[in-house]
Amino acid sequence: MSRYVPNGEDQHRKMLKTIGADGFEDLLQPIPEKYRLQEPLDLPPPVSEMELLEEYRRLAGRNTGHGAVCFAGGGAYDHLVPAVVDHVLLRSEFYTAYTPYQAEASQGTLQSIFEYQTMVARLTGMEVANASMYDGASAAAEAALMAMRITRRNRVLVAGSLNPAWLEVMRTYLARGGFELNEVPFDEDGRLDLKAAAKMRGDDTAAMVVQYPNYFGTVEGIQPMADLMHEGKALLVVAADPVSMGMLRPPGDMGADVVVGEGQSLGLPLSYGGPYCGFMAGLRKHIRKMPGRIVGRTEDRAGGTGYVMTLQTREQHIRREKATSNICTNQALAALANAAYLALAGETGLRRVAELCFHKSHYLFDRMVELPGVEPVFDLPFFGEFLVRLPVPAEELRNALLDQGYLAGVPLVEMDEGALLVAVTEKRTKEEMDGLVDAVRGYIEEAVE
Amino acid sequence: MSGTIFDHSRPGREGLSLPELDVPRTDPAEALGGELLRKDGMGLPEVTESQLMRHYVNISIKNYNIDRGLYPLGSCTMKYNPKLHENLARLPGLSELHPLLPDGQVQGTLQIMYELSDLLCRITGFDACSLQPAAGAQGELTGLLLIRSCLESRGEDHRNQVLMPDSAHGTNPASCSLAGFEVVSVESDQHGMVDVDDLRSKLGDRTAGLMLTNPNTLGIFESKVEEINGLVHDAGGLVYMDGANMNALLGIALPGAMGFDVCHLNLHKTFSTPHGGGGPGSGPVVCNSLLEPFLPQPRVVKNEDGSYGLSRGGSQPVGRLLAFHGNVGVMYKAYAYVLSLGTRGLEEVSRNAILNANYLKARLTEAFDLPFDSGPCMHEFVVSGSRQKKEHGVRTLDMAKRLLDYGYHAPTVYFPLIVSEAMMVEPTETESLESLDGFADALLSIAREAEEKPHLVTDAPVNTPVLRLDEVRAIKELCVTEPPSEAGKAND
Amino acid sequence: MSEIPEDLRFAETHEWVRDDGDGKFTMGITDHAQSEMGEIVMIELPSVGDQFDSGDVVGTLEAVKTAADFYAPLGGKVTEVNESLEDSPEKINQDPYGEGWLVSFESDDGEAVSGLMSAAEYRQHAGD
Repeated sequence: MSRYVPNGEDQHRKMLKTIGADGFEDLLQPIPEKYRLQEPLDLPPPVSEMELLEEYRRLAGRNTGHGAVCFAGGGAYDHLVPAVVDHVLLRSEFYTAYTPYQAEASQGTLQSIFEYQTMVARLTGMEVANASMYDGASAAAEAALMAMRITRRNRVLVAGSLNPAWLEVMRTYLARGGFELNEVPFDEDGRLDLKAAAKMRGDDTAAMVVQYPNYFGTVEGIQPMADLMHEGKALLVVAADPVSMGMLRPPGDMGADVVVGEGQSLGLPLSYGGPYCGFMAGLRKHIRKMPGRIVGRTEDRAGGTGYVMTLQTREQHIRREKATSNICTNQALAALANAAYLALAGETGLRRVAELCFHKSHYLFDRMVELPGVEPVFDLPFFGEFLVRLPVPAEELRNALLDQGYLAGVPLVEMDEGALLVAVTEKRTKEEMDGLVDAVRGYIEEAVE
Repeated sequence: MSGTIFDHSRPGREGLSLPELDVPRTDPAEALGGELLRKDGMGLPEVTESQLMRHYVNISIKNYNIDRGLYPLGSCTMKYNPKLHENLARLPGLSELHPLLPDGQVQGTLQIMYELSDLLCRITGFDACSLQPAAGAQGELTGLLLIRSCLESRGEDHRNQVLMPDSAHGTNPASCSLAGFEVVSVESDQHGMVDVDDLRSKLGDRTAGLMLTNPNTLGIFESKVEEINGLVHDAGGLVYMDGANMNALLGIALPGAMGFDVCHLNLHKTFSTPHGGGGPGSGPVVCNSLLEPFLPQPRVVKNEDGSYGLSRGGSQPVGRLLAFHGNVGVMYKAYAYVLSLGTRGLEEVSRNAILNANYLKARLTEAFDLPFDSGPCMHEFVVSGSRQKKEHGVRTLDMAKRLLDYGYHAPTVYFPLIVSEAMMVEPTETESLESLDGFADALLSIAREAEEKPHLVTDAPVNTPVLRLDEVRAIKELCVTEPPSEAGKAND
Repeated sequence: MSEIPEDLRFAETHEWVRDDGDGKFTMGITDHAQSEMGEIVMIELPSVGDQFDSGDVVGTLEAVKTAADFYAPLGGKVTEVNESLEDSPEKINQDPYGEGWLVSFESDDGEAVSGLMSAAEYRQHAGD
């Protein structure tokens, strides 16, 4: 009997008797003999709790990158994860519950999702939101599919300044259904080339997908993009950074039709890339075309307030091949972390986090570009993240600085050998930033000699 | 009753503890331009940390959960989630890692991913694995894209039909559409298994493949699986196994040896990671060597020097499913599960899951109809509430709600679609005999109530935090976000 | 026992058709079909002018947990749709043969109407 299996021989005997079977092997009779394993599985011998903990500590110790002062972003950010968020997640009632199929016994989860939807919609300036997608990238792909359903068109334009991994995910999702995806270039300032977009837009264009701030941290107004799309009866899908929403004008104010994004910054650990949480917000008139679960408020038989999963005929378990998406399991617990974070930060807290990221990133940018040979790649406003060109190969610098305890950023070698994308969150102190600047200077001086 | 988080909001309350700004300020209007700055408030609540915790505790207690009792949702495998694994996944050295760190800096995590892939291949009898898919449905999409890519590489783009039994999970047809395939439904025979003649008649030169859940959603092992898979292969298609029901087969049989080409697993079902109220899960895909070249990238590899790395290799990858490497936090827990159980432990899991299901089935057959009686079930079974509906006007939905009054979660209801008034029950191996008896007693008692006092059942639930909810109203008077006016009021 | 008017013809997929004369027809779903579905909360109707062949999907009805397409009993061209259903789809439940009508269409294939089921045949088909 393992520690998770309570029934032993005594119980087995009793149960087999009730079943009317002579032995357990009788129950395997439906599996033809030829498929039955003749040899036991070849797995390592079982380990005890102590040994497992020891092994995991050893493995964690081999992650030598842990503890490096993190200036890397590129879609995942080293923000503060307040202690209370994890305490909410560790309530058995939340983390060991299933999808809220029986609403009357799942009001905790359902209400938390309703509140999450509300906060996502308000943050992005949209009318409605769903209960979460796998991550920001898959949310962007699903948003493109949604736009194609709404417009009954089959081509999307995607800004070249969108996170390239997201673009790759979009290509994977759209490659097979007879859809077309075209990349809109950006100009030398890093600004989306609206003229090119206008030329590329056609009668078959369902939407354009842009990022705000974009992959390079650049902030550009999206109203002209929305206007351009709307003139062609197409939609604008905006992939927005949620923390920046504490300071920036929300996409919903500037004509966005669908807003998606990555919720990792809102209370989720970096965890080597997941689980994260994609959010999706939109307009009320499009809600029936949305993918994923949606929770709505209603009343019970006595008129009391309650919550249910609603508009379920959009979903795979009912509409099957005609569903708006195949998504079933989503990222509910991660969405709960997002909601708890947003509620904790609240109106003033989120604004302050955004301001800290903004001021600190500008401080570091100003210091970096003072260094010999370091220059900004684009001359446009940025928030929290920026791109510089180093006079040395960025990847080599990044690797070398890890030895001094800095993860200096994300090298964008496809763009330029010296391009380094640097992110600054509220966690970074002046001392750390000054330390990074000194380390970069030291490396450059040594390399130039 | 507790209201929403917005009801606790009062202006000026703060919950987040932040450091003071330690660098000079930059004028936002100058740096960003006034046009791009937010002018209005966000409408987020303003609460303290203590209020936040209290709010969530108060709503959490309205949830049923596996730590409270048996959770017999069929095909969901609601087993106990070991607590140690939560601690392991939260070790800072594992959880605080940026996904774009160079490989050399994340050797521990890459090793876990590599080893987990290897163990999943051994457990299923396949050759290669991708851990990237975030959940079962994304695993299905990945598997179908592998099939699609493989067919394209053979110049067989015209093969655009995927067959599946009418008992399939809804995600199967939905994933097919997303992968650009047309769905062709295959009938079930009188034993609840694939009707092989119907399958044969639907195979042809447009067949791309078959999706099969085994054991199927009726809890029945498809005993003709080899013949079925052979027919599909002979027709030029490939076979996908939906591994949602893998909890029946651990250490007992290998899908890879039954002729399947590709299969997804649900770490949040079979491998004990918590379901989190709807996610996150993890849906790794395992496949044979034929499909391996098409697996999504990047892949975790072991280098010649024994180190681990991410490889963009693979000749014709299907692409990428997520921005990074999958739900790594979930993988940590699943790997711990396999390590802690080992060969015998995993075998014990499936054997007990099967025994528990057969025991419950035996206890329930006195009151409920079995739609298919083809001998022992595997890890789950389906009964029908048709008798109760016909004789007493009590529907399966009513009985499901009544179970909530008895302190249990309900089984999966109205699925699979081919069984009327279906109740699909999966107790899992982590339930004791006493707990199985408690559940059986409750359901039998409800069957008696349906006969004697049907209103008790049709009025249910009455012991839950809310009474039966009006789902029609939820749609007709759609309210999916807190209206702003009320938030404004709360903030006054 | 559901209501099955004698003067209508019926399709196997539970639509009714009324011959309005001059090659014009009106269709809806039967009382049996609406009671099987439960309260209808949403409807997707075709546009006036849409053409369809017999057996094509004309539109979709949705209840809370079911969605069902309805099909053209005859080939034809849509002349009018019951727009009032978009705001009050419950009319389909309340009065499936009257205010709950779905679509009017004209058809060159009027002869085919006699190939559909009579009330008696449909009663047997629906198992009522």
